[in-house]
Amino acid sequence: MATIEISCLEVWREISNFLDEEISTEMRERMEAHFKECAHCRAVLDGTRNVVGLVGDGKLFQMPEGFNKRLYKKIQGLP
Amino acid sequence: MSMAQSQLRANEAELIKSVCDGECEAFYELVRPYERMVYATAISVVKNPADAEEVAQEAVLKAFSNLASFRAESKFSTWLLQITYNEAKMRLRKARSHLYESIDDPRPSEDADYWPKDFADWRPIPSELLEDQEMRQAIRKAIESLSPCYREVIVLRDLQNLSIKETTIILGVSEASVKTRLHRARLILRDALAPGFDGSWVKGQAYRKVRPW
Repeated sequence: MATIEISCLEVWREISNFLDEEISTEMRERMEAHFKECAHCRAVLDGTRNVVGLVGDGKLFQMPEGFNKRLYKKIQGLP
Repeated sequence: MSMAQSQLRANEAELIKSVCDGECEAFYELVRPYERMVYATAISVVKNPADAEEVAQEAVLKAFSNLASFRAESKFSTWLLQITYNEAKMRLRKARSHLYESIDDPRPSEDADYWPKDFADWRPIPSELLEDQEMRQAIRKAIESLSPCYREVIVLRDLQNLSIKETTIILGVSEASVKTRLHRARLILRDALAPGFDGSWVKGQAYRKVRPW
């Protein structure tokens, strides 16, 4: 069965769910078919995927120096 | 649940029991693996490192006093982060209580429509750039400039890698809201960071916007 075409707008709405695999198989197939044809949507997809990777960089928010020591002290002061 | 996960839960249950039996020492062992998450959750709400540290400490102490009421319906880490999030929100409210402005977000848009502004093709990011301080700074700034409801959700989901389910519990919002806010947060960040990635951060290349209309 041929996949039903979808518009760029519909694709953008689901980009995030697509990356998280939170969409139906049918929708996934329609989106994949769309990405093959549409460079703009591919750019949006790749960029969004990059964002997810960049935000996931564990070193983005460093804890202040001595954070754990001070926390441990607080806990030691507990009854 | 994987073997490792159920092992972790069993260990935590042991530690919780020890703490409730009066062994305070066990408490630090219980929270230590989540220090960073507690801090990141706090800073996603209060923004400033000193406040985030105080919130984190308060939250951990609260978790200690309320440990007996922890029912293993959720993971210990989820419960701890939920306390942290509420503590951070409360602090923000207190800090602003003398102001007449509304303390809550302008209502977040639950409408999924966000039109990407730029269609530049992001080349794969060179790995040496990932270690670049300037680049980290730009990402941090972009995250900080998001509206609170988007910032919180992206910090929990993409920075801390929590599941959608865990995120709904911590924020106390529906799964649909988490998905919609996450979607917007990611697309806004993508637009905000696009100029950095398609060339302008690689020496000698100027950024060219790609706008189809």
